[in-house]
Amino acid sequence: MFDFSIVTSWIHGVLTSVMPVGVAVFIECILVGVCLLLAYAIIAIIMIFMERKVCAAFQCRLGPMRVGPQGTIQVFADVIKMLIKEIIVIRHSDKFLYNLAPYVVILASILAFACLPVNKGMEILDFNVGVFFLMAASSIGIVGILLAGWSSNNKYSLIGAMRSGAQMISYELSIGLSILTIVVLTDTMQFSEIVARQADGWFIFKGHIPAIIAFVIYLIAGNAEVNRGPFDLPEAESELTAGYHTEYSGMHFGLFYVAEFVNLFIIAGVAATIFLGGWMPLHISGLDGFNAVMDYIPGFVWFFAKAFFVVWLLMWIKWTFPRLRIDQILTLEWKYLVPIGLCNLLLMVICVVFGWHF
Amino acid sequence: MDLAEKIKTLVPGAEYVESGDGLWKIPSEKLHDFAKALKDELHFDFLRSLTGTDCGEEGFGVVYHVEATDSGRQIVFKSVTPGREKCELPTVSDIWKAAEMNEREVYDYFGVEFLNHPDMRRLYLRDDWEGYPLRKDYDMDKTREINPIRMNNEVASDDSPSYELDERGNFIRKRHVIFDNDEYVINIGPQHPATHGVLRFRVSLEGEIIKKLDVHCGYIHRGIEKMCESLTYPQTLALTDRLDYLGAQQNRHALCMCIEKGLGVEVSDRVKYIRTIMDELQRIDSHLLFFSCLCMDMGALTAFFYGFRDREKVLDIFEETCGGRLIMNYNTIGGVQADIHPNFVRRVKDFIKYMRPTLREYHEVFTGNVIAQTRLKGVGVLKREDAISFGTTGGTGRASGWACDVRKRHPYGVYDKVDFKEIVFGEGDCFARYMVRMKEIEESLNIIEQLIDNIPEGEYQLKMKPVIRIPEGTYYSAVEGSRGEFGVFIESKGDKYPYRLKFRSTGLPLVSCMDTICRGAKIADLIAIGGTLDYVVPDIDR
Amino acid sequence: MNNDKEKKRYFAGLLRGLKSLLVGMKVTFREFFTKKTTEQYPENRAELKMFDRFRGTLTMPHDENGNNKCVACGLCQNACPNGTIHIESEMVEDPETGKKKRVLVKYQYDLGSCMFCMLCVNVCPHDAIAFDQKFEHAVFEREKLVMTLNKRK
Repeated sequence: MFDFSIVTSWIHGVLTSVMPVGVAVFIECILVGVCLLLAYAIIAIIMIFMERKVCAAFQCRLGPMRVGPQGTIQVFADVIKMLIKEIIVIRHSDKFLYNLAPYVVILASILAFACLPVNKGMEILDFNVGVFFLMAASSIGIVGILLAGWSSNNKYSLIGAMRSGAQMISYELSIGLSILTIVVLTDTMQFSEIVARQADGWFIFKGHIPAIIAFVIYLIAGNAEVNRGPFDLPEAESELTAGYHTEYSGMHFGLFYVAEFVNLFIIAGVAATIFLGGWMPLHISGLDGFNAVMDYIPGFVWFFAKAFFVVWLLMWIKWTFPRLRIDQILTLEWKYLVPIGLCNLLLMVICVVFGWHF
Repeated sequence: MDLAEKIKTLVPGAEYVESGDGLWKIPSEKLHDFAKALKDELHFDFLRSLTGTDCGEEGFGVVYHVEATDSGRQIVFKSVTPGREKCELPTVSDIWKAAEMNEREVYDYFGVEFLNHPDMRRLYLRDDWEGYPLRKDYDMDKTREINPIRMNNEVASDDSPSYELDERGNFIRKRHVIFDNDEYVINIGPQHPATHGVLRFRVSLEGEIIKKLDVHCGYIHRGIEKMCESLTYPQTLALTDRLDYLGAQQNRHALCMCIEKGLGVEVSDRVKYIRTIMDELQRIDSHLLFFSCLCMDMGALTAFFYGFRDREKVLDIFEETCGGRLIMNYNTIGGVQADIHPNFVRRVKDFIKYMRPTLREYHEVFTGNVIAQTRLKGVGVLKREDAISFGTTGGTGRASGWACDVRKRHPYGVYDKVDFKEIVFGEGDCFARYMVRMKEIEESLNIIEQLIDNIPEGEYQLKMKPVIRIPEGTYYSAVEGSRGEFGVFIESKGDKYPYRLKFRSTGLPLVSCMDTICRGAKIADLIAIGGTLDYVVPDIDR
Repeated sequence: MNNDKEKKRYFAGLLRGLKSLLVGMKVTFREFFTKKTTEQYPENRAELKMFDRFRGTLTMPHDENGNNKCVACGLCQNACPNGTIHIESEMVEDPETGKKKRVLVKYQYDLGSCMFCMLCVNVCPHDAIAFDQKFEHAVFEREKLVMTLNKRK
């Protein structure tokens, strides 16, 4: 199994041999930051392209085909277009908040993105309450959306932002409960540990029924958390034209757009990490030969394969269902997901106490 | 003829005019009492059509087509304003709600002020429009000077004027508040993805809940009725396809029927069969688009594409025979433009075979979906009385339990020879409106299936005179359009041009009932209601 | 009692709802793998064929000698609701019979204001004009939409 910490410790060794430790760490931080942003941008581009192609396939279309072979360069063209578009300043808007909002959203998204363990030894933020940190960081995004809606001086934006606030705050609860279910099973909140505990089987298999229920709840709530799928009513284009980002143009809109897609990836990545074993290959206890073969596939391939499978699952959901109404969204959360999640948590506790898991 | 006697006793001054379809002339001062008696005593509860017309020296007339929904009896009557200067008539909008919008239209076109009408704003034209364009003395040559293209915004006023008489018979003007200053009013439209064109709603909100809704029409008003007055009858045909572009065949069918009725021409059986099949194909086309657009409005974009994929097949059938996909130009006076294409029968049969399983797929992906069900059921309920009073015919009326199908009420084409069910639901909510249309696709397939193998031989086009003149009189014909009764009213003075040509819009009643059924609903419901009412804006605006 | 019913409805509704969602997902899943219906238009120009009756542009067919059938009677010009057609004609004396005859000089057609209603073609007594299947009408200047249909001799 390839361990990325070999690379990082080699870089650290090389740097400390020519400069003091403080400077070396500083340079490493910058390096990590650059890599993170790069990865963020690349993921966003892949996600946008994937969204277009997958949604087209569900809708008996081909999707982008013109720019580049099979339309692969389309997203780059879009990015260039977005970069050179004028950022329109809205009269009577709160300029400071209006300009701040997209950055708050993207900041929250990058912070959460940094928590994902991609490969063995390839975690950026990894400490003992990683799960808490991830949830805390990702909920900063709500503030950005509320600010965007408020500062745009547009009634549609405001309604979109209010919907978004109500929705995201409610669904945090379900996400928390479903992650908690797994935390009960693993008794750790550190992502690297969570992955390591899945070496002898992914949690969705180990935790069987309660884990599967938690997985489904997590997918639904995660979808709602990133304002997608049947839960896209903060930006419901047929009702509110574009919701909270109606008044944004150019790269400001681009930031919202990118954050939305990467948030989707983050939700999928977290699902892959805590339910599907993260970068851990598929291991079946007893079949050592099979396990050895699986180990030859590098961890990040496993991680991305799992994450993109979950993304595809979420896209499948999004492109099948009609949108809910605001009261139905809250009904679904408070009358269905939260009670089921609580019962499920209890079930998991019972399973763990009596050792009924694998 | 007990109706005639009854009218004579109600209004001693009433006289019957024989020319054309015939109509009763009611003195204007008796109009309101007469209308009230019609509604209350004789149950004439459905105002089919209300048409303004210029009566020259006499003043301006309004022609009312009224029908009793229980007995199916009809009556046409006309009332003329006291003069060209003193042009006022009592409103009948308190008797039939359908008159509310239609009287605004007459006011807009002719300047007839309806006394006690609560909302005498212009309907289509801008508030700062000078003059009344359908008056015969409106100077078309100078219209560019009187009404130039204005570059300033039209201010939407928050109150509406009304003209009333006080107890002593004095004429007073009142203003009614539509929106208060402190109400949270948002504009939905004219450029909005869910208004299906350029329709504008001003909606007062209380959080997400709609308190009041005000409809603004006229953003694509083209003055087709005015244009028709300077076109020969064959030329007017070209404009009907551009009214309700999802009912092009039916609209043109109605106009052709009306002209043929005026001329006293009977088309061959072959033409009747072809027209009927085409009407039904058009209905399927329209309902497929309805399904698609409703799905898109509700956020199910994938189902939208499925609908469009299948609609393409109907359009191909149209294109092969008619030469057009949207603007078909198929029906002509006395026949159709061209005989059906040799491939037509085969293609239609293939389509029927393809469509039935596909409908099941629609039901699986959208109808059965729990989200769609909860969003549509019990939302936007239109009661039966309201449906009749507003004259919301078509799928909307039938979803409210009103059997209003023109194909059954006044059969035309070969509808009397085919066996089909009239789909009627009772709930009156969005889901019923949706289901009526989905079931109607099936019924249309049945109708086509019965006809497609039995198209008789015959002429596809009668020989018509080079110049078509309709004898003097008034004529009204209606067909069941894709979204309700589409009627054509022709007033002819024996010229080769129509003196007045009015299209009974199928969409206008639909938007006029929006305020009633949207109150208390949420914004998301407004979209669902608008989607299921299935209006088409060019048909409203004309 | 009432409570029981409520409970039953809650769970039955939950299961029914889940089932309906899965049924919908089955349909889209099937669609994910079926052949796509998109037509890639400029690329498929070669095999794209319009139906014969499609109304593209008004044309005046000419025979191999460059003659058309138009007698410049002006019926089409009168039939057009939009004033799309302008006919210029002159009186020419036939050298054989010595009779004066109207001949066409210029048949001008404005595609920009044509609404393809077929009235001109219907009214033509000599079938001198017809619609062809060309549909790529876009030009950069409006003047280019005004065409002269007859070939000058």
